[in-house]
Amino acid sequence: MSKNSSLITTPFSKNNPITVQILGICSALAVTAQLKPAVVMAISVTVVVVLSNLIISLLRNTIPPRIRIIVQLVVVSALVVLVNQVLMAFVYDVSKQLSVYVGLIITNCIVMGRLEAFAMTNKPWDSVLDGLGNGLGYAIILVILGFVRELFGSGTLWGFPVFEKLGLYSIGYENNGLVILAPMALILVGIIIWIQRSADKSLQEK
Amino acid sequence: MFIYSAALVTVVAVLLALVAMGLKDRQDANIRNEKMLSLLKSIGVSDVTPDDAQARYEEFFTKEITVKTDGSIVNDYDVKGLDFKTADRAFNIKLRDQQKKGDEGAFPVYVFQKDGQTGYVLPLQGNGLWGAVYANLALASDLNTVIGVTFSHDSETPGLGDKITTPEFQAQFVGKQILDDNGQVVSINVKKNANKDGMHEVDAISGGTMTSNGVDAMLATDLARYQKFFDNTRNGLSTTVSVEEEDVPVECIAVDMTEDEIKELEEKEANNE
Repeated sequence: MSKNSSLITTPFSKNNPITVQILGICSALAVTAQLKPAVVMAISVTVVVVLSNLIISLLRNTIPPRIRIIVQLVVVSALVVLVNQVLMAFVYDVSKQLSVYVGLIITNCIVMGRLEAFAMTNKPWDSVLDGLGNGLGYAIILVILGFVRELFGSGTLWGFPVFEKLGLYSIGYENNGLVILAPMALILVGIIIWIQRSADKSLQEK
Repeated sequence: MFIYSAALVTVVAVLLALVAMGLKDRQDANIRNEKMLSLLKSIGVSDVTPDDAQARYEEFFTKEITVKTDGSIVNDYDVKGLDFKTADRAFNIKLRDQQKKGDEGAFPVYVFQKDGQTGYVLPLQGNGLWGAVYANLALASDLNTVIGVTFSHDSETPGLGDKITTPEFQAQFVGKQILDDNGQVVSINVKKNANKDGMHEVDAISGGTMTSNGVDAMLATDLARYQKFFDNTRNGLSTTVSVEEEDVPVECIAVDMTEDEIKELEEKEANNE
């Protein structure tokens, strides 16, 4: 049990895909200008990581080693296309928000990384937990970034005009345009990494 | 190894094809509803849910016509009773295809009735920074004053270029004019530091310059195509169906009107003259 729960919790802290493994940075910068696409992206990546981990783990003893990357790619792409099709049919407005990012999931290093490093050598249930942990570890960073960037960049949250309602504009506050640009997302990720490493000495290199 | 990969790819292909086929109807319906919602929103009807989109669309939009750049009317469809799935209608026209045909293209115009006024919605399509940008531009009966516009896009940058879809950006267009005093199309410029009182300019989006330029170019290029149609309609020639098309003559369209309606129409025309 403790092993299972650590599969979920370590990607949150000691082995976070973004802040420790530094994977998936591209999408973390690209989709977090607003909270909603960030959350939807986080959910989609989590679903794809969990399902592809499960499928690859089930197939792991049959996959010829020389073509394993191609097999993984086929599985991941198929899942991404499926997710996209389902979104388009049932939640059309969300799928419009996601259109570009769904394609990005295929090339997301986190997905391929977990398949190679974990699902190829572990049992299905462990792989599902590992995928869930990594998906959520990715999700938490995206949500933090989306929250900060939308709030200070556009003064809104989930489209709701928070700062306007608080009356900040009438006392001279202005939105920070830099926050909605990608460089600021990188700076924010850097700050999160800094905080995390200061708090957790075991992550610091000697 | 080859057998394994071939089998895997086949399974995946069949699965994806089945899913795509199974969901196609729903997806098409979603896309149609989205288009209707956008058209309705451009004329100021925004309290519509996807479920009642079609009913509301038929409530306001009476005609869909297609026009050529020389101003001739190619087709004139009555919206009532026209099926969306099968019917050949302006609503189902792919604008990009028509744009490629240049002067031979048939460009859609949606005619609507709202608050006793006739108005026109022109669908436009151009290129933003990353992909296509679209607009539905609603004009009042003078074919000049903008009463509303909705923009949409395929893949503009979230938080920057995609702000063309925000109410703030779109509201700037309301009340602007697309024609100059001589009735020539001058479009509406999307530019930096626009003069708020200028009839032909609105503010561009900061951080979204390329998208704003795309919108600007789309308005200029696509509106110019309707120049002759504007001229004809304003001169009262709009009802002439171009002869070379084997289309329903005007008389036939009027057949299903009641006598009262015809009388009313005649009176209106007499008043106009």
